[in-house]
This record gives sequence, C-alpha cells and structure tokens, in this order.
Amino acid sequence: MEPQLLLCFLLLLSTAGYMIGKRQALAVGRSARGIRSLHSRPAYHGALTALWCAVPAALIFALWLGLDSNIIIRQVLAEMPASFRELPPSEQNLLVNEIKNLVNGNVFTNEVDPVLNAAAERYIRYRSISHGALTVICLSLGLVGILAVKRRISINLRARNQVERIITGVLIACSCIAILTTVGIVLSVLYESILFFRQVPLNSFLFGLEWSPQMAIRADQVGSSGAFGAVPVFWGTLMVSAIAMFVAVPIGLMSAIYLSEYANRRFRDVVKPLLEILAGIPTVVYGFFAALVLAPVVRNTGNSLGLDVSSESALAAGLVMGIMIIPFISSLSDDVINAVPQSLRDGAYALGATHSETIRQVVLPAALPGIVGSVLLAVSRAIGETMIVVMAAGLAANLTLNPLKTVTTVTVQIVTLLIGDQEFDSPKTLAAFALGLVLFVVTLCLNVIALYVVRKYREQYE
Amino acid sequence: MTPNANGSPRTIDIVNRSLARRYLSERRFRMCGLAAITASLLFLCVLLFTIGKNGYTAFQQTVIRLDVHFDEEQFSSQDLNALDYQDLIRSSLQRLFPEVEDRSEQRMLRALVSSGAAFQLQESVAQDPSFIGKTIPLWFPASDEVDMVMKGHFKRTAPEEERPINDLQLQWIDRLAAENRIAFRFNKGFFTSGDSREPELAGIWGATTGSFFTLLVTLVLSFPIGVASAVYLEEFAPRNRLTDLIEVNINNLAAVPSIVFGLLGLSVFLNFFQMPRSAPVVGGLVLTLMTFPTIIIAGRAALKSVPPSIREAALGVGASKMQTVVHHVLPLAFPGILTGTIIGMARALGETAPLLMIGMVAFIVDIPRGFTDPSTALPVQIYLWADSPERAFVEKTSAAIMVLLAFMILMNSAAIYLRKRFERRW
Repeated sequence: MEPQLLLCFLLLLSTAGYMIGKRQALAVGRSARGIRSLHSRPAYHGALTALWCAVPAALIFALWLGLDSNIIIRQVLAEMPASFRELPPSEQNLLVNEIKNLVNGNVFTNEVDPVLNAAAERYIRYRSISHGALTVICLSLGLVGILAVKRRISINLRARNQVERIITGVLIACSCIAILTTVGIVLSVLYESILFFRQVPLNSFLFGLEWSPQMAIRADQVGSSGAFGAVPVFWGTLMVSAIAMFVAVPIGLMSAIYLSEYANRRFRDVVKPLLEILAGIPTVVYGFFAALVLAPVVRNTGNSLGLDVSSESALAAGLVMGIMIIPFISSLSDDVINAVPQSLRDGAYALGATHSETIRQVVLPAALPGIVGSVLLAVSRAIGETMIVVMAAGLAANLTLNPLKTVTTVTVQIVTLLIGDQEFDSPKTLAAFALGLVLFVVTLCLNVIALYVVRKYREQYE
Repeated sequence: MTPNANGSPRTIDIVNRSLARRYLSERRFRMCGLAAITASLLFLCVLLFTIGKNGYTAFQQTVIRLDVHFDEEQFSSQDLNALDYQDLIRSSLQRLFPEVEDRSEQRMLRALVSSGAAFQLQESVAQDPSFIGKTIPLWFPASDEVDMVMKGHFKRTAPEEERPINDLQLQWIDRLAAENRIAFRFNKGFFTSGDSREPELAGIWGATTGSFFTLLVTLVLSFPIGVASAVYLEEFAPRNRLTDLIEVNINNLAAVPSIVFGLLGLSVFLNFFQMPRSAPVVGGLVLTLMTFPTIIIAGRAALKSVPPSIREAALGVGASKMQTVVHHVLPLAFPGILTGTIIGMARALGETAPLLMIGMVAFIVDIPRGFTDPSTALPVQIYLWADSPERAFVEKTSAAIMVLLAFMILMNSAAIYLRKRFERRW
C-alpha cells in the first residue's frame, strides 16, 4: 500500500478506535451503576483508544519511511556485480541517482544498461515489499492497540489522566524539536566541515589570502588548483555589511527617535505599518531591485564622475541591504527608547533642556546598550543575508578597500558552491559547509552578545 | 542686558544668547528624523513603482494572426500528433510574405512567431478536428523580441546592430500591424503555464503550485508543533534546565541565517534520509524548521495575554490543568496564534535561500502534481528569471514579483483583520 494511503487508513482506524472505546465505556457504565459511575467521561475512553491505535503506528511509520530507502539502496548495491560495487563513493552516488531515475521513469534514452535496469527492478520490488510490510505492521499495531485498550476499559480506568499524560508527552516531544533542530544544524555542518578540514588545514582556511575553489577535474588542467583561503570572502562580507550599516543605522535610529519622541499618534499609526512593509518584502525582491535598478544607477553615476565602477559593486548590494535592515533597527530601537523611564526626560526638561538636547544627552545614553544590542542583531542579519548579495554582488574574491569593486561574501560562496551537481567528497562542496559553520558560529555569537547586552540593560530600570 | 553688580554677565543672559542656536539645532534634529522616515518611505515608493512600471506590461502579450490552411490530404494520411505543425506555420507565413525567398530571410521571418505556436496549433486541431480542409485565421503568440518592440522596450531608433530585431523584421512587423494582424491580448499563459526558456511562453503556474505544496507541508507541520511547544512552555513547563535549554534554542533558531537551514536540509534530508531532490516536501520540512520558532514566540505571547483569572475560574470548578488549557485558554488565545502563524507563513512564502540549497532551482517545465514531484517555488522562479539575459524576462520577473507581493499583502491583511476582529483587551 502507498504510504499516503496507509496514513489515511490509520486515521480512519483511529477514528473507529475512538468510537469503539466510547461505546465500550458507555456499555460498561450502563451495566454498572449508570454512566456517572465511570471515572472519566466516555470521550476520554474513546480518545485513549484512538491514541493507543495511532501513536505507536505513527512512530513506526515515520521511522520506517526515514530509513527504508537507505537500506534498500544498500541492499540493491550489494546485489550488483562486483565491478559496480567496487566503484569509488562519488561514482556510486551517480549510480544510485541513475537507478532512482529509472525507478521514477525519468529516462529519455532507449539504451539503458541491463544491469542498471535489473537494479531498478529490484529496487521497485524491495520497495513494494517494504511498503507491504509497513502496511501490515502499522495496521496490526493499530488493531492491537484498540483491542488492548478496549479490554482494559472498566469503571475504574483513569482514562482522563492517561490521555492527559500522553498529550503532555506529545507536547514535550514537540518542544524538544527546537533542540533537535539545533543539534541537527551543528552536527550536519560540523561533520562536513571536519571532512573539509581533513583535506584543507584549518590555518590555511582561516588565514589564507587566496580563494579560488574551482578544482581541476583532470590532473593536467590549467589554472584551477583550488585555493581555500577564506580571508577575501570574510572581508567581502564585512565590507558589504559595513556599507549596509552605514545606511541602516543612522536612518533607522533617526526614524525610531522621531517616531517615539516627536510623532503624534496618528502619524505613528500610519508610518509604522508602512515601515513594516519594508521589512516584509522578500529579500529576492530587494535582490532584483539591487541588480537591475540600483547597480546600473551606481555604475552610471560613478562613470560620469570618472570612477571605475564594476557592474556588481559592493556598494549597490550594501545600499540595498541597508535599506532592508532599516525597519529592523528602527523597530528594535523604538522599543528600547520607549523603555527609558519618563522621569529621566522630565528631569532634563526641568533643567531647561530642549527636546533634542534631552534626547541626545539623556535618552540616548540611557538607551545605548539596547541600541548597541539591536545594531548587533542587525549586523548578524546582514552577515547572514543571502539573496541580495547572490543577485547583486559578484563572485570574484577581491581583497580590496574600494567599495566600487566586486567583492564576494560567505553566503554567495555557499550558494555558488552548492547549486548544481555536486560530488560529496570534493573539498569544493565541503568548503561550503565550512563557510556555513563560520557563518553559524559568528551569527550565534553576535546574537548571544546582543541578547546579553539588552538583558543586562533592562535590569537597571525594572 | 544688565550685567551683575560685580561685572560678570548674568546666567539668564548667557542662556538667552544661546537660545537661538539651540532652537535651530532642535529644528535641525527634528528635520533629520523626518528626513530619515521620508527616505525610507521614498525608497518603498521607488521600489514598488519600478516593479509596477517594469511589470505591468507582462500581463499583456503580443499576438499575430496567421491564416492557417489545414490541407485535407496531409491530415487524412497520418495521425494528428505526427504532423509537422511547424511547417504549417511556416507556409502560412510564406503566403503572407511571398516575396521573401532568401533562406536566411525566411529564418528571420519565422523568428517573428513564437516557437510555441506549433504546439498551440496542434492543441487546437486536437480540440476541433473540423478545421481540417479549411483555411482558418488563428492568433499565435509573437516571439519575445517582437513583443518587446511592440511594448516599446526596444528602441526602434537605436542602430541596427544594437537591436535584436533588424530593419527588415521591423518592416514586416509594421506591415502586419497595418493589416491588423498584430494585437495585444491578456496574457493568460503567464498564469496557467510552467517555466520555459522562451519568455513569451513562460508562466508562473508551476512555481505557484510548487509554493502551494511547500507551504502546505510547512503549515501542516509547523502549526501543530508550534502551538504544542508554545502551550507546553507557557502553561505546563516547570522551570528547569531542560526548559531553559529549549527557550535558548528557540530564541537562537529564530535568528539563525536562513541559508544555514538550507545546509541542514541538504545534508540531513537529502543526503542522510535520501529524500528526493527539488521536492516540495523537503522544502516544506526545511521551511517548517525555520517557521516554527516564529509560531512558538507568537503563540506564547498570545497565551500570556489570556488573564490568569480565566484559568483560576476553570480550575476552581474542577477542571484539570489540561482541560483548563484546551477548553478555555487555547480558544481565547487562538486568534493571536493564528495571526502569528499567518505572518510566519507569509515569511516562509518569500524565503528563497534555503530552497536553493535543496535543489528547488532546477529548470522545471511541468506543473508539479504532488509533494514529491520536482518543482520550484515562486521566489525561486523570480531569482531564476532575474538571472536570465533576455530583456523580456525583466518584465516577467517584475510581474512575478507583483504576484508574490499580492499574495503576501493578502496574507498580512488577513492577519491584521484577524487581529482587529478578535483582539480583546482584558
């Protein structure tokens, strides 16, 4: 049976389980001293039956589907002729892909290797065996669950407590997915990075000055030795983020100050949602704007001033990224400025300070830690931003101070290294994961510092 | 201005003298704030305006009318699918311009009509076989170059070698226009077809269905997980190491760059679990991991805003903790949770980077029919088109952005409506 169909059947079965449990409880209750003598309401007996039917079967279902294609592939490979089994892992991957294409019917040539064809047929056979076994196991587990609970139903069965305990367990499991995700990120990125650092030493990655990840496919190829010094990439990231911050911090901060200190209610009610639109626009739209509208403008302006501007300048990408971050900074700073107690402002007014003097000399210093925190969060956002730089910044890893030149960033490199066909053992692909690890660690540190700064500041006034 | 008895100036005089300067700086500061807001709003206007200006023409399409002669002999002998429909188009064009005999000129002539015209012809014959034996006037999409000329995106006055359309072709276009054989039609294909290498045939329906399947998976997974975690953390969790750890993790996940989730999807879902590449189900899983922290945070805020008196009243009449939450607290917090979910889904709809990592950038013509078919998503389609060199894809990209923004505005206004409609101040 197809897994989707099986899932529907399981759902039906557990609905039936609910009915059976409820009816059984009613029957048991009536045969005793009336329904009121049941410990829990009949619906809880039904729910308990349904849960015992669905939960174990669903767990098996998820586990099975997660693992079965791996096992089947391994089995199919093991049954292939020895000449195929002894291929290096990268070619085996290609082989597996080919078999899968055959299985899915995505083949457009008429001449298929008979060995592959046989493998594909075996794959299909094993898969149908596996699905059949899964169907039998799941449905029988469900039935056993229903029958077991049905037999246990009596007036003393604490059905409600048991249902609540199961639900609490489910809730806890759901909460733990957050931990699992983090662990998944760390493990997956770390694992591939360790593979990478086995081939390229850590020092030459972190401190090397040359980045050209294209590896030679043939040994005699020219000019593609593969150099993995990531400093130019880090530098490009820093430069684009710095340009973005030059745009976003003053504009965002001044907007926040105006909105929280000067603007009347009606102005704020109109402008704040508009600024939030800016935050809600997908980054791919900003990227399109940067690449097709702003980059030509920057280049033409630069050329008319007699400057040499490349068409994928760091400036265009940085400017647009800055605009994207404005609402981020302004809404965070707005919160921080609003949290400054009114008594501080009143004190300054009483001393005769003007409004702007109060803001500059009293409110801003008091809000400074929070503002620093929000700027740090914005920096981490800028470093991790992908689409704008992928579309508007270049690929050439230049170590330059000139914002009119092309630079490349960590995220751009990750995307270019991983798009398209990859072999999983080449340092070129693994380098993307090493860059990802750096990105994850840096943004994590920035976030932790920012949260720490913000929290520490809050304690002063509460 | 009278100095003090001892000859030194009075404080009030110093203050008064500086007042003008201080008021000026006050005004300047205020202007700065206003300028900052104006600048960001101005940018928003410029962004929306350029996209609208570039994109609105994509909803129209240039079509050319050709008189196609369906020769009875040709059609009777073979089955309908094996015929050379390209040749029918060619001969119709030839009849319109009998003077064109040079081979390269004939090729230029054929370039006026889209290469998809033959397929369209095949479809219309299959639908209505009564055409056979007659000469029927039919409208065909023009090629993207003709489309761009008609819409004025290519300047006719530019020197010939800088134009993708040469003088001869321009003459033909003018002649067709004079004979009323060129017209603008509503571009239905843009909304109903999948991607294509030919700009005039490319549409967003494939990407939209891909996005729909992806978001469906995201919603089905992230909403229950998000709500369950929010309920547990807000209502049940004891304060211990585990719950602290969970909270730290949720806050961090919300700030991890989206591309890192893509790396996770690539190495865990694709390489470890051997899930299919480019499939909406994998995209949905990755976006779920990105979205559920948002839903948890919104859900906790909504649960927190339900006053404790509600809980106490329920507990007081003998409800269990679980009954209190499920029967009383959750329904009251539901509008808030839903608002947060919709906003999270809108963000997931616009997310591109992680989908690039799991192979949803492939060039896919077919409309996906299920969760495991290869597909793209709307923002990825925008990225792909933005990378294409043809001028005609600029307007397609802008139009696709308009559609994407329309979806996002729709979702966000639904969220705002929900908030306004059900918001309760206790």
